[in-house]
Amino acid sequence: MKRILLITAAVTALSGTAWAVEPDEMLADPKLEARAHDLSREVRCVVCQNQSIDDSDAALARDLRIIIRERIAAGDSDDQALAFLTSRYGSFVQLNPPMRADTLALWFGPLAVLLLGAVGTFVYIRGRSPDKAAALSAVEEAELADLLKHDVVKSDGTKRNEAG
Amino acid sequence: MKRLLFLTPVALFVVLIGVFFVSLQRDPSLLPSMLIGKPVPAFNLPPVRPGDQGFANADLGGEPMLLNIYASWCAACRIEHPMLMRLRREGVTIHGLDWKDEPEAGFGVLQNQGDPYARVGNDRSGRVGIDLGVSGAPETFVIDKAGKVRYRHVGAISIEDWDQKIRPLMERLKAEL
Repeated sequence: MKRILLITAAVTALSGTAWAVEPDEMLADPKLEARAHDLSREVRCVVCQNQSIDDSDAALARDLRIIIRERIAAGDSDDQALAFLTSRYGSFVQLNPPMRADTLALWFGPLAVLLLGAVGTFVYIRGRSPDKAAALSAVEEAELADLLKHDVVKSDGTKRNEAG
Repeated sequence: MKRLLFLTPVALFVVLIGVFFVSLQRDPSLLPSMLIGKPVPAFNLPPVRPGDQGFANADLGGEPMLLNIYASWCAACRIEHPMLMRLRREGVTIHGLDWKDEPEAGFGVLQNQGDPYARVGNDRSGRVGIDLGVSGAPETFVIDKAGKVRYRHVGAISIEDWDQKIRPLMERLKAEL
């Protein structure tokens, strides 16, 4: 059992994340390749939409990976290379969306929901606290005193109110 | 007032149901084109038909027309092809872009299934398609008289797509100055 666990651990440790990048796509300069790699992890594949082009095996994703490497090799900054793609496919391809008027809901929606929940919880808890419970009115006080006056203990130990 | 407060979760739930209902019917592959209202990016492609002139962005415009992205490897293009042939018979100008394909294979499609295109160019590397923001084939762009993109249709054009969306748009574009 121990041995099986050890083997499993060893195999898991050895197997890195599988990327779709083929060796022939890679740039010779490891620094540029690392930049291209990081950038393509931020670009959504338009064919298989929940994968980055770095993960996707789609032919179009491969083309876009190659384009990113070409742009970076040609001296583009990361932003310029990304702008090349967003000007064609829109900011939809950015897995890390920019903050803009039309993405405000995306950025702050969760915070708004959290605040709404906090306000709701606050109101609820405050409404429940005992000092907020309304005091008895004069009529209610009189009624209570009347009830207590007629309160008797029966022989079996139970308390009950006798009528009148 | 208090009763209304109790109803808020129910109201939110109803709104959420509405959002989900709309989202379910929405096709997430239909992304907005970045080219709407803009001229087609410059390109100059070699021909698909042997000995033919190629196809360049300068060929676009003058009248409302379609720019159809197709490929020999694309199954949905085969389904769409008879529709393109019908439109050609009806006098619609269609230009073709043979995307990520060998020109011989692209020409084979035209030989076997008919040739609906006025001009057709081969985009072997797929770069012109990428400049157009193409995510797959078939895709069809409606180009106006000024050579600007007015509409992008993703997938094969069905009879309903033509009757309800594309033909009315092309008629409007025809009436434009």
